[in-house]
Amino acid sequence: MVPPGILERNAVAARGIRRRVLQHTLRNGGGYLSQACSSAEILATLYGGVMDLAPVPAPLLPRPFAGVPSAGNPDCRPGWEFNGPRRPDADRFILSPTHYSLILYAALIEAGRMDPSGLDQFNRDGSSVEMIGAEHSPGMEVMTGSLGQGLSQAIGMALGRRMNGETGRTWLLMSDGEFQIGMVWEAFQFLSHYAMDAIGIYVDVNRQQCDGPMESVMGIDPLAGKLAAFGAEVATVDGHDLQALHEAGRLPHPGRPLVVLCETDPCRGVPELRALGGKLHYLRIKDDAERRRYEACLATLQAGEG
Amino acid sequence: MEILAQVHARTLVDFGARHPEVRVLTADLSNSCEAGPFRDVYRDRFIPCGISEQNMLSIAGGLAREGFVPLVHTFGVFIYRRALDQIAMSVAYPNLPVKMFAFLPGILTPGGATHQAIEDVAVMRALPNLTVLDIGDATEVEGALDVACSVPGPVYVRMLRGEVPRLFPADEPMRLDRPRVLATGTDVLVASSSICTEEALRATAVLRAKGVSVGHVHVSTMKPFTPARVADAIAAARFGVVTMENHTVVGGLGTIVAEAMVECGVARPLRRLGLQDTFAHGASRAYLAREYGMDAMALVRQVESLVGDRLGITEDDLAAVRIEAVHSAAKAEAM
Repeated sequence: MVPPGILERNAVAARGIRRRVLQHTLRNGGGYLSQACSSAEILATLYGGVMDLAPVPAPLLPRPFAGVPSAGNPDCRPGWEFNGPRRPDADRFILSPTHYSLILYAALIEAGRMDPSGLDQFNRDGSSVEMIGAEHSPGMEVMTGSLGQGLSQAIGMALGRRMNGETGRTWLLMSDGEFQIGMVWEAFQFLSHYAMDAIGIYVDVNRQQCDGPMESVMGIDPLAGKLAAFGAEVATVDGHDLQALHEAGRLPHPGRPLVVLCETDPCRGVPELRALGGKLHYLRIKDDAERRRYEACLATLQAGEG
Repeated sequence: MEILAQVHARTLVDFGARHPEVRVLTADLSNSCEAGPFRDVYRDRFIPCGISEQNMLSIAGGLAREGFVPLVHTFGVFIYRRALDQIAMSVAYPNLPVKMFAFLPGILTPGGATHQAIEDVAVMRALPNLTVLDIGDATEVEGALDVACSVPGPVYVRMLRGEVPRLFPADEPMRLDRPRVLATGTDVLVASSSICTEEALRATAVLRAKGVSVGHVHVSTMKPFTPARVADAIAAARFGVVTMENHTVVGGLGTIVAEAMVECGVARPLRRLGLQDTFAHGASRAYLAREYGMDAMALVRQVESLVGDRLGITEDDLAAVRIEAVHSAAKAEAM
């Protein structure tokens, strides 16, 4: 059972995420748009009730970039403040594929955690709201984006929290392409061996990667079977079905991690993307005619928001 | 010379008693890296990761974020070669207090090229936020945990195991960024590190007996390295400087000393002993040291070349040298 009102609110958030990402893709002449189309409902669901994050008192404004961490730079601030203050019982969120950063920023706005004006700093020199975020970027807990490292870092944090007696869980968004990486399977081996159940992973199974459709690059099937064999509790859902997404996050999984495989459509809500013929990783808008077609998609999305 | 066994194994257990925040992580080489006794005493603070170093290093980063001090133990090659990206992004970038204890530096092992960490100083020194230590004797093995954990960020330690000689007095522990001045001299300066310092002591004793004024510094902190700490010793050596390292001459101690010379504006001829931009192979340490010109006789030949004189030193002369623990010739503060 999904508490009343949640699905409606998450539908609004998912539309908002898609619309904001498309707006910025138009503003920048390109961007990681297909990932927003595939994962909008996933992030809306995670921030809209599945994760038990500590609240922020008011939507936060991103700080300017304050330098990288070092012994001589005590001023650098992590992006996790947007996910709420540290609390033993509060959940954490780790975005593993950081080319999804703009989608995360949009989700933070929809969740009331970032001021909408924060996106004005997106991809601006000297801003922390970077195109491919680092741990100082809004909503970022750790240094991810070198694909495959997010899960192991999350395991270290979750293990540390378990040893400290904390009850909060750690949630991740991973991309399906990351399951081509050997290290990810090392991580699942570890999760299983240490019976770690304070970790939940939503995977955007959009079957796309940088070089094109995954089946033309390196297939990963049967992903659910592999994960189950590695000891995970696996649920496969329609990644645009808000009810299924929410309910999967509530599945019991004692002694093992939860993996929600979200089968998604990378062109969902922006049908113009289908014209790219499967080269979906990064959209570069080439000419005015193409721009007008994406502007028409934006108008449709905005009309849908009423 | 006193020879001690399992020094790190004992030190690690003692350190664990005083530091409840430490966790020992291993990758199937626990006993080979002297972590076995810690495992037996502190089983709930021991985290075996299996043969999965990339996962282990990123997990170490996550643990450090929660207030723990992970002490990663495995062979050096499996740290900096296998898991470099994980070290760079999960550990070094966030400047987390992960301490990497890297065993089998250089030509210490007959395990051959797969097990010999020969370019790790060069690789790890290039990573921002990293501190790099190169342990030279039992006293430094005893002090490595204290020094590594006194640094708030990540530390890579080239570690010695098994039977280790005590070259430096037990009451003169290693200090961060403080080369040990073992002797001062006006003809030649020898700068050595790791197991090469024992070989260098063998040679310098005989060279001195032949009338050569040889200065000698032992370097155990490869980064940070403050050039001014060796500037006077370099300037005092009128014929030049010989570096001697258990590592390739590219990017290690030889490079560090060369950088120091240039930064201090002290130009001297520099000869770099070590692996001459080559991989090694599986054989005994003594065999490899001779084959690759990293033994006492190799140092003698370089000094002869610098001073322009054949000194008539034989292998027998070198073998007869009895090495005792050497006090620092100068107070560290004065370096």
